[in-house]
Amino acid sequence: MEAIGILPLDVVCGVILLWLALGLLGLVLRRTPHLVTGIIFPLGALVALALAGTGLWALGETPGVAVLPLGLPDLPLHLRLDPLAAFFLILLGGASFGVSLFSAGYFRAMAGNTLGLLCLEYHLFLASMALVLLADDAYMFMVAWETMALSSYFLVTTEHHVPDIRKAGYLYLLVAHVGAIAILLSFGVMQGGHGIGAYTFAALREAHLPVFWSSVAFLLALFGFGAKAGLLPLHVWLPEAHPAAPSPVSALMSGIMLKTAIYGILRVTFDLLGAQQWWWGVLALALGLMTAIFGVMFAAVQGDMKRLLAYSSIENIGLLLVGIGLAIIFHVYSKDALAALSLTATLYHSLNHAFFKSLLFIGTGSILHATGERNMGRMGGLIHHMPWAAALMLVGVLSIAGLPPFNGFVSEWLLLQAFLLSPGLPNSYINMLIPVAAAVIALAAALAAYVMVKFYGIIFLGQPREKALEHAHDAGIWERIGLGWLALGCVVLGLAPVFVIQRLDLVTQMLVGQGLGNAAGGWLFLTPVDTERASYSPVFFLLAVLGVMLMTALTVHRFYHGRLRRGPAWDCGFPAQTARMQDTAEGFGQPIRRIFEPFFKIESELPSAFDTHPRYYGRSEDRFWFALYLPIKSITEKLSSWAALLQHGRIHLYLSYTFATLVVLLIFV
Amino acid sequence: MMAMDQTLGILFQFYQSLLVVLLAPLLTGWVSQCRAWLQNRTGPGLLQPYRTLRKLFHKDAVIAHNASPLFRITPYILFGCMWLAAAIIPIIAVDLPFSPAADVIALVGVFALARVFIALAAMDIGTAFGALGARREMLVSFLAEPALLMVLFTASLISQSTQLPRIVEALAHHQFVLYPSLAFAALAFVIVLLAENARIPVDNPGTHLELTMIHEAMILEYSARHLALIEWASSLKLFAYISLGIALFFPHGIAEVGAMVGNWGGALPLAITALLAKLVMAGAGLALLETLLAKMRIFRAPEFLGTAFLLAVLGLLIHFLLGA
Repeated sequence: MEAIGILPLDVVCGVILLWLALGLLGLVLRRTPHLVTGIIFPLGALVALALAGTGLWALGETPGVAVLPLGLPDLPLHLRLDPLAAFFLILLGGASFGVSLFSAGYFRAMAGNTLGLLCLEYHLFLASMALVLLADDAYMFMVAWETMALSSYFLVTTEHHVPDIRKAGYLYLLVAHVGAIAILLSFGVMQGGHGIGAYTFAALREAHLPVFWSSVAFLLALFGFGAKAGLLPLHVWLPEAHPAAPSPVSALMSGIMLKTAIYGILRVTFDLLGAQQWWWGVLALALGLMTAIFGVMFAAVQGDMKRLLAYSSIENIGLLLVGIGLAIIFHVYSKDALAALSLTATLYHSLNHAFFKSLLFIGTGSILHATGERNMGRMGGLIHHMPWAAALMLVGVLSIAGLPPFNGFVSEWLLLQAFLLSPGLPNSYINMLIPVAAAVIALAAALAAYVMVKFYGIIFLGQPREKALEHAHDAGIWERIGLGWLALGCVVLGLAPVFVIQRLDLVTQMLVGQGLGNAAGGWLFLTPVDTERASYSPVFFLLAVLGVMLMTALTVHRFYHGRLRRGPAWDCGFPAQTARMQDTAEGFGQPIRRIFEPFFKIESELPSAFDTHPRYYGRSEDRFWFALYLPIKSITEKLSSWAALLQHGRIHLYLSYTFATLVVLLIFV
Repeated sequence: MMAMDQTLGILFQFYQSLLVVLLAPLLTGWVSQCRAWLQNRTGPGLLQPYRTLRKLFHKDAVIAHNASPLFRITPYILFGCMWLAAAIIPIIAVDLPFSPAADVIALVGVFALARVFIALAAMDIGTAFGALGARREMLVSFLAEPALLMVLFTASLISQSTQLPRIVEALAHHQFVLYPSLAFAALAFVIVLLAENARIPVDNPGTHLELTMIHEAMILEYSARHLALIEWASSLKLFAYISLGIALFFPHGIAEVGAMVGNWGGALPLAITALLAKLVMAGAGLALLETLLAKMRIFRAPEFLGTAFLLAVLGLLIHFLLGA
């Protein structure tokens, strides 16, 4: 490849152009929808795979740089492909490969015109995410960032004829733009008045701001990227936008787009600002912990499957931010080996989350197609009608619950190891904070298992709660391939952490100047520090459990018998068992609602014991909405109504305003 | 020398696993025998769990019409997980070749994996009791699991390792130094042990009273060999938890393979005698606790486990404060 002069950056630019071309082609071919779903989406998936491969290739290369002759006069667009960008490109390509294949099946029933537009927006969205990762100046970054926000806004509002979906889209757009303004201001602060043209990241790196201004830049960036990632208290758009969007779009947004915000935080904090203050880390850690606990608690009480997953995304973003916070703290105290460990955990978890959350979101798409329902209270027993979707989603559920030997466990393990290695920091306050933080992480992880048992159990297991579920059909062939790819990713990332971590070392080398190395453990054992300290071998783990299972099954059948009869359920001899006696989604979450009652705003209506037609009703609302957003909204409305006093619609009044302003200005000047 | 160590290690691994699987029901039998004595009953005898297992294995399995493959495979997964847990805890010897495959965090992960599967299997048939049991089990565990993790973290911080063999070595060689952090951890561990093994005051292993059961509610639909495997796995789990407690808080006497080369005629019988003595004491203590305590209402359980969680975090904090 070197000989013929092709660099990874060229391939990535080619991929972006191909995506744009495919999107336009989809719009042109809108009269023949089967071509769009049957050819354009699978081609887009292949392009994504090529992108992932290029990212893998670029990880080990020296960063490629390019200046595009586009953009404003004197402000050309700069691109750069360094290991950090390459890693996130792998994430983008790897996860979107599965999602695009799934989309090929999922959108088959969509009307031509909508499909053509959707195809364009979908590929534009993918291309803009790749551009966000490649951008090497603030201008290019903001253009790509806004393209990403707008294209995803249009994707969210695909079904714009539904008022609720328009409302959700508006909320998303609003939060995205408030965040974008903060990011823009952050770049402005970082640039520090060095003249026009100094907005390239290379110039920002050299800016060497005073502590105050770099802290301001960090806080603005945390706010701006936090709004995109769903950090507390800017999370409100996630549980609204994810259920509104078509499932593959939710998968892309939750699995990949949230990671671009994580990328942004890493880029600004470590690359541009160089992580200078310990309290930045403490702030990120504290916010991350609150976000994680909040997200998982709310996920436990949801009845809508996509809202549940959206809250679970909030939890995972919290965990990622905890990792970043730890890395900042370690880096500031020059414990770079530990910073590398926390960063590895963070990056690994980003990759894992991209795979399992995309898997679960597209899985909900299959369920939505099969049943027409998003409410888990109307599902049940789908494992019998949708065995493929059920089996593949089980992998996702076990992964996200952080169970060995799947991928979620690996990143959780790495993060906990980072916590365990923390003693010895010179700051005693941080030393006190860290055990409490580790406890909160453990609590969030255990609650995540609760949430996932609820999610899987209510949807797939038990008896069908509605008659219509008898006709539910399994995922189609494209859908199965998409689900299968992402499930395979979860398994491989779970079983081969050593290989992944060797690649991740290149990224941590770049950010904190040190890699983890895994020399002691060989390819079988994951040993972040040394073999005496900690090790984990998922392959051995899996083989042992499978071996014992197999041996037990054979022994039992050999020495006794394998006789089996089917009968009615026993249920303590209770004869009149109906599907309505099973736990509902609300019922399963009830203990959590009761234990964490102060955190929820609960409205409920319970029937009396003698009611002949009992109706019950319960909602657990987000207190942030009422305590923070509604006051802001009413203040904004009040301010606007005052401003409206000036507005009468008569020209001569406006002219007199202009005249008055001029007079005032003349007096001052 | 190395090769000798390796073979010996594998031999020990094999014997320990076999010993644990065969002894586990005996421990369960011992606990219920002690309980019977404390309650002025004669008791069914030490071997009753084996008789139950034998009876169950001979029966024909009956499962509900709508049971999915998940329901049928779960007992095997449960048994596999618990066997793995028993294989990585140093019970008679420290240097087990298998232990680098999974450290204490992975041990908590094994228990979690088994728990998630049994909870899912409980929801599979779609009976009211199954889902109720699953919900309660997850409720109990979401506080018990972090508490256990914090207990293990305290021990890991003292020994600078998350590998159980290293922890046991470190704790065993600091003889008779009382760690204040470990005292808190031990209290928390006892509470977690009671909760995770479906013992009074959180659950009652002897009950089939519908409204109070947790573990029994989840396995109501199981019969014959499936039930036998689940019961056996429960015994293994109790055995694993008690041995974990012994390994963390009373590690003296657990043999080290390295120290045994040339002298393993002496070390091994000593290790087994020490183990048996500790297990007899622990079983009797468990029975005494169960007799003294009363079953709690289900919503008191989170408070009880919350106490365990706080105690464990307190232990960890004390370690950070005092460095011990």
